[in-house]
Amino acid sequence: MAVTRGFTGRPRRGGDDRLPPGQYDTGAGWPTLTAELTPVVDVEQWTMTVDGLVDTPTTWDWRGVHALPGSTYFGDIHCVTTWTKFDTTFTGVSVDTLLDVTGIKPEATHVFATSTTGYTTNLPLADLTGGKAWLVWDFDGKPLTAEHGGPVRLLVPHLYFWKSAKWITRLELRDRDEPGFWEQNGYHDRGDPWLEQRYQGDA
Amino acid sequence: MNEEGPVASSWTTGTVREVERVGDGFVKLRLEVEGRVEHVPGQHYVVRLRAEDGYTAQRSYSIASDPADPLVEIMVECLPRGEVSSFLHEVAQIGDEFEMRGPIGRWFVWGGTTPSLCVAGGSGVVPFVSMMRYATRTGAEPLLRVVASAQTRDKLPYADELEAYGAFIALTRENQPLPDGTERVAAHIYPDELVPLADGIERAYVCGSVGFVSFVGRCLGEAGVRSDSVRVEQFGPTG
Repeated sequence: MAVTRGFTGRPRRGGDDRLPPGQYDTGAGWPTLTAELTPVVDVEQWTMTVDGLVDTPTTWDWRGVHALPGSTYFGDIHCVTTWTKFDTTFTGVSVDTLLDVTGIKPEATHVFATSTTGYTTNLPLADLTGGKAWLVWDFDGKPLTAEHGGPVRLLVPHLYFWKSAKWITRLELRDRDEPGFWEQNGYHDRGDPWLEQRYQGDA
Repeated sequence: MNEEGPVASSWTTGTVREVERVGDGFVKLRLEVEGRVEHVPGQHYVVRLRAEDGYTAQRSYSIASDPADPLVEIMVECLPRGEVSSFLHEVAQIGDEFEMRGPIGRWFVWGGTTPSLCVAGGSGVVPFVSMMRYATRTGAEPLLRVVASAQTRDKLPYADELEAYGAFIALTRENQPLPDGTERVAAHIYPDELVPLADGIERAYVCGSVGFVSFVGRCLGEAGVRSDSVRVEQFGPTG
């Protein structure tokens, strides 16, 4: 593609290999993007279910999920709207821990995540296992705020952030990939920021 | 018009045919898009700029134009230290070519058949301008009500067009003259102001900053609009 006349762009640090292609460093900011109004989620009413192609479908309440061994993610997050936020700290529980409880049937290949609002997103199962995904309720040591998905959201930091469903309430394991909310609306089924898988049709 | 609109999967070239700096910190660009796919009102384009060393920056901009318009119109607000917006304000001129991808989005779209209320904050009015223009051309104005809020009239792009359409305008920092010779005193939107506008609608669209969307969401709730009928598009940081 041709160079844009007169465009130099913001100053660039040489060799910054933490920024995926087409992304910029948002610094201390943390923009939000949602398609719906921010819901009020009552932790006394909230539950987390893992079901579908598992051996033991399981539902946890707020206390139950906190009673599981905790886990913290420290690293970067990338939004398809082109911001990247470095050095974030999220605390919650690893999705591996939930799947250790439920077991995984051999035919399971994908996961369909659902929020309390009805928002959905689809992910390959392999992107949620092996220490790559969490259910999180703390950000930088404080409770996650509602506009950022609090009280609890999915965190899949190696994919674009729309995969990290806010206000998560259910993970259903499936034997096929079916598009979730943004995926039906033109966004990519996997969403790897390093491959710039932003929209349907991206390699 | 089918709301399951197209989603362009490849990049193309947009050539600037018109540039106009308007109001307090906005620039209107009208572009000829190669191999253009007709959009549904509410959809957006991604504009990508490329530096000599291959560095790129891209941002999404809502389309303001009617689908039947031969050009694609965007209205860009100049943000402090905005990498792309300041380029579009200060450097862009007629004949420049940008990489463009679109139209994108199938959620924040209006196909012209659902009775709807649109509520915009500042530059959030842009997707609704496309909807208004489409409604006007197709005679669907009775199905589309528009509310627009801004600090001042200068910070509300398309203010004249909004007024001509019959949009309700709420300015928060200056009084707004009304057709009957009185004035609306500077204030945020009141839920009471939304009640008659929300009557009979099946869908509400809200576009603006994070704080604005949150505020309007509460007002719509007080006006009796179900939260699951509200579609949101928001921008800006929360810190």
